[in-house]
Amino acid sequence: MAGTIGGRTVSSTYAPVRGWLLLPSWAVIGVFLLLPMLLMLVYSFLTKEFRGGVIWEFSLAAYDQFIFDRGLFGDEAPSIEWTYITIFVRSIVQALLATVLCLLIGFPTAYYVATRPARTRALWLFLITIPYWVNLLIRTVSMKFLIRDNGPFNEALLGLGLIDAPFQLVNTNLAVQLGLFYSYLPFMVLPIYASMERYNASLSEAAADLYATRWQILRRVIIPVIKPGIVAGCILVFVPSLGAFLAPDLLGGAKTFMIGSLIEEQFKGNAGNWPFGAAASMILLSMVLVVLMLYARSQAKEL
Amino acid sequence: MNPVLLSNQKLLPTALAAAVAAVLATTPIMAQAEGKLSIYHWFEYIPQTLLDKFSSEYGVEVTMDTYDSNESLLASLKAGKLGSYDVAVPGDYMVQIMAEGGLLDTVAEGELANAANIEEQWLNVPFDNGRKYSIPYQWGSTSFSVNRDVYQGDISSTDILFDPPAELAGKINMLDSQGEVMVLASLHLGMEQCSQDREKLKELDALLQGAKQHWASFGSDIAKDVLVSGDAAAGMIYNGFSAKAREEGANLEYAYPDEGYVVWMDNVVLLKDAPNRDNAIKFMDFLLEPENIAAVTNFAQYSAGVTGVAEFLDPALASSPEANPPTGPAGSFVAVCDQATQEVYDQLWTRLRK
Amino acid sequence: MQSAKAFDVKHYPGFLGVTVLCLFILYTPLIVVMVYSFNDSLSITRWGGFSLRWYVEVFNGVESAKFKSAAWNSLTIALAAGITSTMIAVAAAIGMVRGGQFAGKSVSFALLSMPIMVPEIVTAVATLVFFSAIGFTLGYGSIVVAHIVFCIPFAYLPIAARLQGIESSFEEAAQDLYASRWQAFRHVLLPIMAPGILSGFLLAFIISLDDFIITNFIKGAGVETLPTAIFGAVRQGIKPNIMALSTLMLLFSIAIVTASYLIGRKGGGSGRGEE
Repeated sequence: MAGTIGGRTVSSTYAPVRGWLLLPSWAVIGVFLLLPMLLMLVYSFLTKEFRGGVIWEFSLAAYDQFIFDRGLFGDEAPSIEWTYITIFVRSIVQALLATVLCLLIGFPTAYYVATRPARTRALWLFLITIPYWVNLLIRTVSMKFLIRDNGPFNEALLGLGLIDAPFQLVNTNLAVQLGLFYSYLPFMVLPIYASMERYNASLSEAAADLYATRWQILRRVIIPVIKPGIVAGCILVFVPSLGAFLAPDLLGGAKTFMIGSLIEEQFKGNAGNWPFGAAASMILLSMVLVVLMLYARSQAKEL
Repeated sequence: MNPVLLSNQKLLPTALAAAVAAVLATTPIMAQAEGKLSIYHWFEYIPQTLLDKFSSEYGVEVTMDTYDSNESLLASLKAGKLGSYDVAVPGDYMVQIMAEGGLLDTVAEGELANAANIEEQWLNVPFDNGRKYSIPYQWGSTSFSVNRDVYQGDISSTDILFDPPAELAGKINMLDSQGEVMVLASLHLGMEQCSQDREKLKELDALLQGAKQHWASFGSDIAKDVLVSGDAAAGMIYNGFSAKAREEGANLEYAYPDEGYVVWMDNVVLLKDAPNRDNAIKFMDFLLEPENIAAVTNFAQYSAGVTGVAEFLDPALASSPEANPPTGPAGSFVAVCDQATQEVYDQLWTRLRK
Repeated sequence: MQSAKAFDVKHYPGFLGVTVLCLFILYTPLIVVMVYSFNDSLSITRWGGFSLRWYVEVFNGVESAKFKSAAWNSLTIALAAGITSTMIAVAAAIGMVRGGQFAGKSVSFALLSMPIMVPEIVTAVATLVFFSAIGFTLGYGSIVVAHIVFCIPFAYLPIAARLQGIESSFEEAAQDLYASRWQAFRHVLLPIMAPGILSGFLLAFIISLDDFIITNFIKGAGVETLPTAIFGAVRQGIKPNIMALSTLMLLFSIAIVTASYLIGRKGGGSGRGEE
């Protein structure tokens, strides 16, 4: 990922016009993203209007609803509300699992590709990036088609005599998992590859000269050196998985809410509770920020 | 970051020039065109040929977006889409909610030349007394269908959805429509709609929580496909949609359960701040002509609320089991609850999906 | 480099297997859909012989008008958003990389990467609420604006990366020769940056073309893009004509990337052929 390159003198050829150069990006992102975010923050502290909308009166009701269970009728003594926490925890677990799965497959792939000779390397990389360019919706739909009860995957297993009855995959958490993994796998491979490509192979040679085994080299030398790439890959998979919408909706049968569908439901579906949707968005956003700050910290320590 | 992306210096200016030219060429599309009609409609409900017919008869360019539940129609309009559509097709209770919420424009007396075609029984309806905002579109029922290849037993009870036999458990699709799911569940328990009886509401909550394990998925627009493809063996569904699924090859039987079922009427309404109000009125008049509304009935297999459609109907419809409810169990419309009650039901719904 | 090791330090057993598995996972669904798009049978699960009928239907069927206008919208929106965000990103990259050290540089970088870092669903909802609050009518324009915003970081990253690799001595030399700052940019920096700019543009273009969630939230009456149109259609069942359409989009993406790849090899690969 981009950033200033440490150790080199910073060029300042364009310093006098810097403000003008940065202005368009500040203005566009500031007005059309930062401002909407601030508006959401404000909305999360407002009173909900019945059936969608907000009333401009300060209220903590949205956060209260998220945290406290006051019974079905709102008059019992508050206890912890597990409904939304469960939804968040499930989403986090799903995203983590997807990240781990992507890492397990993505790391060896990136390593293998990066160690190919230049000519074939480009071809391998080309093969891996192609699916990344294919529309995510189409990829998810393809996956759904493949794994449905009487789809090609089950037909093949039945045909081979490996199973007797179709293996039900669609509408399960496993399918969502598979979908997330499949959607974001290239996000894991590319940053690791980029780090790996810059890895100096003589480090491995040196370690081997000191009688390190292959796995010791991997663990003690390669992984520490390309860690930024691995961390970047994990973030690029984890963050979009957390708010994913298509995979749970198409592959999971929309039966259980994930964070994404919970938020959507507040603005587009039955619930129509804008402040609550805004509060859930803010909570999701702060979780992402925590992850990013941890990342920034770990990067700063490296330097 | 993307090493595949390359490097050629001549390509860039060429690509940019082509891109700019292409963008410039599109600007007319964005310009305001005369004679438009923007419809917000349920999915898979109106035949494209009918829209084309209106389009060519009146020289109006018709665009249509779709929604999949009354609630999402309301939510979209509230979240900023009011003012971009001319007409929508809300169900009965939603007409009342939208009218009370100030989302509808009134149709003045005499504005619709074909108003006299509205069937007597659909004229003074509780959700729009005197038809100030709406005209009848189609009416039908909502209950459930069962794949008879999978299950041959008795399906005359809502047990099929809430306490299903082993053959169907885990293979049921529910409509993603809060109002209708709640009504069927209430009917199953024999409780009235918009109940404020706490014990009953807790029972309702327990029923939904217990039944959830038997349900494979939630979705309205997918309701037909999951039954046809076999992803679901039973499913809550609208009568006409089930008939279409049957025609597509699924061995389905649509149930009219003893506990009761949902009846509904979809209505064409004139939206507030409609950008093309005149065309919207023309379109409503167009849909009050028996021949035109019959085309919708033939396509969607529900029933029209206009006199004189009979001669234009597909003869097969007359004997269709989905369109001919047995005498006995009665259907109920979805009721509009007050805010406090509705909020309890909203909470039940969220708890169901956690 | 010679080494006397008993093993090849670069080689890890099993990594090839995982790589093949990775490709298998990535490609199987796509290939299956491609194959079934040529299926003559109406039932998508049974094979009824080879046929191009679904491709004919994409172009001439009942829904063809909808898909055509959606494709047109997708393409023009992606071009408009891609070009605009690329121009903004070029300016921002120069300001960031060639603007010297300044207070607020990290804030500026955070702002630039914000569209990537905020979960898409949050961006979608916030944009919808914001447009609704300021009374910006949802439609074609709202989609373009939202796409420009989230395309900026995708355009920025490759451009900034390229710029960091360019020695500033080139422009400094030009300015020493009395070129104005603009001339130095136009005649020296811009041509060297071009590959990065093209990468940035293509990335932004594809990201815009790909977007579903944000578009779905903020699209206005009668404006569909291909992803939203396809989503609406597949919810009602994966029909063979959708598979045909998907295959066409897939081939379109592959064609773009392949062209880029080939051009890239011709342009830059000549000197780096050896190991």
